[in-house]
Amino acid sequence: MFRLKLVPEKTSLRFMERRKIAFVLSVLLILGSIVMYFGQGLNRGIDFEGGILVEVKTEGPADLAAMRGLMNGLGLGQVALQEFGEPDDVLIRVERQPGGAEAQQTAVDTVKAALDPEFPGISYRRVEFVGPTVSGELVEAATIAVLTSVVIMLIYIWLRFEWHFSVGAVIALVHDVVITLGMFAVTGLEFNLASVAAILTIVGYSINDTVVVYDRIRENLRKFKQMPLPDLLNVSINDTLSRTVMTSVTTLLALAALFIFGGEVIRGFAFAMIWGVVIGTYSSIFVAAPVLMVLGLKRGTRDAEDEQGDKATA
Amino acid sequence: MLYFAKWKIAVIAAVCLIGLVFTVPNFLTSETRQSIPDWLPNQSINLGLDLQGGSHLLLQIDREAVLRDRLTDLAESMRNDLGEIRPRIRRSGFRVGDLSVSFEVRDTDRMEEVREVLRGLVTQIGGGISVGAGGPDLQITTDGNRFIATLTEAGINARLSSAVQQSIEIVRRRVDETGVNEPTIQRQGDDRILIQLPGLDDPDRVKRLLGRTAKMTFHLVDLSADPNAARLPPGTMVLYEEDGEARIPWAVRKKVEVSGEHLVDAQPNYQDGRPVVSFRFDAVGARKFGQITSQNVGRPFAIVLDDKVISAPRIESAILQGSGIITGGFSVQEANDLAVLLRAGALPAPLTILEERTVGPDLGADSIAAGETAAVIGFAAVVFFMFLAYGPVFGIAANTALVTNLVLIIGALSALQATLTLPGIAGIVLTIGMAVDANVLIFERIREELANGRSPFNAVEAGYRRALTTIVDANVTTGFAAAVLFAMGSGPVRGFAVTLFLGIVCSMFTAILLSRMIVALWLRRKRPNVLTV
Repeated sequence: MFRLKLVPEKTSLRFMERRKIAFVLSVLLILGSIVMYFGQGLNRGIDFEGGILVEVKTEGPADLAAMRGLMNGLGLGQVALQEFGEPDDVLIRVERQPGGAEAQQTAVDTVKAALDPEFPGISYRRVEFVGPTVSGELVEAATIAVLTSVVIMLIYIWLRFEWHFSVGAVIALVHDVVITLGMFAVTGLEFNLASVAAILTIVGYSINDTVVVYDRIRENLRKFKQMPLPDLLNVSINDTLSRTVMTSVTTLLALAALFIFGGEVIRGFAFAMIWGVVIGTYSSIFVAAPVLMVLGLKRGTRDAEDEQGDKATA
Repeated sequence: MLYFAKWKIAVIAAVCLIGLVFTVPNFLTSETRQSIPDWLPNQSINLGLDLQGGSHLLLQIDREAVLRDRLTDLAESMRNDLGEIRPRIRRSGFRVGDLSVSFEVRDTDRMEEVREVLRGLVTQIGGGISVGAGGPDLQITTDGNRFIATLTEAGINARLSSAVQQSIEIVRRRVDETGVNEPTIQRQGDDRILIQLPGLDDPDRVKRLLGRTAKMTFHLVDLSADPNAARLPPGTMVLYEEDGEARIPWAVRKKVEVSGEHLVDAQPNYQDGRPVVSFRFDAVGARKFGQITSQNVGRPFAIVLDDKVISAPRIESAILQGSGIITGGFSVQEANDLAVLLRAGALPAPLTILEERTVGPDLGADSIAAGETAAVIGFAAVVFFMFLAYGPVFGIAANTALVTNLVLIIGALSALQATLTLPGIAGIVLTIGMAVDANVLIFERIREELANGRSPFNAVEAGYRRALTTIVDANVTTGFAAAVLFAMGSGPVRGFAVTLFLGIVCSMFTAILLSRMIVALWLRRKRPNVLTV
């Protein structure tokens, strides 16, 4: 009977022999990300930067140039306009106003008062403003969230595996998070609270993938006592390759649906997730596994457990 | 792993059924929902403000104003209590600082008496459950002959806490006046109030109503003083009346003759065709008002709202029945708003809007529609793909698990009355993709075991058993990420965390129990000699 097989039943790809290339690639990506992060910086949304966001729908296609001119004449500092999904849908972002929360409120009123007479029939689909106090707290909360989740995972994997695995998984995680931040810097995709949610989900997905590979490595360490480590890692990755690809594909299918049909508001989120799934899959094969060799994972350090393992399999 | 006792099958089926029962109301019209008997679940999922449209406002109480008021009151009480002592204790240099009130005692031999009086002003704050550390609300110290009463941490917290509590009450009354359906008004942190107004398209009126303290006071006007003079007699201050562009200064007596606390009613009204606000005092207010007006006929009487003179009409005759009219060149809207504010009462301190997020109902509806489309298409794609990859038996087992998974998530969201947000929908779509992971792990394992030459029964048995630890390890770690998101997140992000977490729990149930049961039942029936996964 027909079966769609993305990966042949039995593969013996020599991943470890490619680890130097992967290593160079990862280091370049990470360095590039860091440079872009500190050079170009993130396009922070109002959640983190404070400021104003107004989404309007005009009657008929919006005259962006006229609207831009109008907005720039208001003396509200930097104003960015962008068509949002449809020609009659415009996203207006105004930088944070000097002063406290009241200043943001006043600016919102100014924007509305300017738009109403010039664009009759305009409707406000979204009005958001975030004052400086709140945005500062959100940055803090988001940073704490990402760090907390990484530490919790480190501890969990440490408890379930040897320390090499725990360190390896965290290196893979940091790798994914840094490169995802780099992607945000390069593309200028707005970085907001939803992006943090995306990063945390990427963390969850990536660790999930890594754990599956590690689980198999642990199992094979007990099974093949004489096999050299590079070969053992290769076997383990090949064993799990079919699953790795299958799950990535189903997740990507769902995310693609979200990216294409999910609407403008969610598109950035979906894009970040797609990126994260690709990077997370890559890192569990080419970062998490080879790192175990670099960290000097020893064979047969858990003899007692190995015996138990053998009995269970026998 | 492949033997299922009857009761286990029953439990698994029951869980799925319960999920279904909770899911169904979401697909009914609200009329049909209402006709569901009470003993059956009839709640649909709560939609977040980003999906149903509405306003989210985060307000902060003015901490300095609260403490300033507290210290002013304290200074007043000190003066009164010390003033009652006979023979009089001479004192000077009353100072109200940021967190303390201090004064000097000139009769240095009577320090103990003063200390005794001040001790009477200290209140013990009950610690424990209420606000962190308990203890006295004031700390009394001396510096030479100067007494210093400083607000303690406990005193500050208690005062702030009660101010927020009072504000919530006033905010609720004001919001209720605007006729918003089911507003949520809750305290957040030490000094903040979160307001959620579903279905409200234009929150401007609410913001206008909340942006004012609405402290109303009546003062006599000091006719002997020139409001434009550099120096004013003690006990007199300058307040302004805004009349269009013009600002008219008034020299008014500082003493509050009657305050807004005594108002029992205020209504918008018309006088000579112009909007006015009529008001009525309670018995105490009416008596005071009567006294003042009868003693000051012919003099102007300033009506002050939040330190601005609304109007200062001349008292024509004594007003004894305790009601009156405020004129002030209002528009109809302004008269309405003022009446609402006066009826609801004054806020203990000004509120600032720190954050606003308003989503129009159109955008919400568009988001729901787009989310549904994405979910349906994503779902169909994954189902089709799984079918292609694992064939009829295992494909159907995995897809049944997937459908059940979705039903359980929606059922759980409805049962918990969790809020579904746009990122929450994204979480569901993502879960559809990731939920098959557990089944993929199992099926791939079964393939391997078959390739190793095991019999179908053995291979399936081993596949489920061996994949189990991996599934648990992998899902627990993702679960941690979801839990952290939930703990730190607010609003929409929290909605995402909830669906992600429910997705993980449900997918483990459906993969480990449901799909295993389906495959096991099939194996027992067919007893195939060869098995292709």
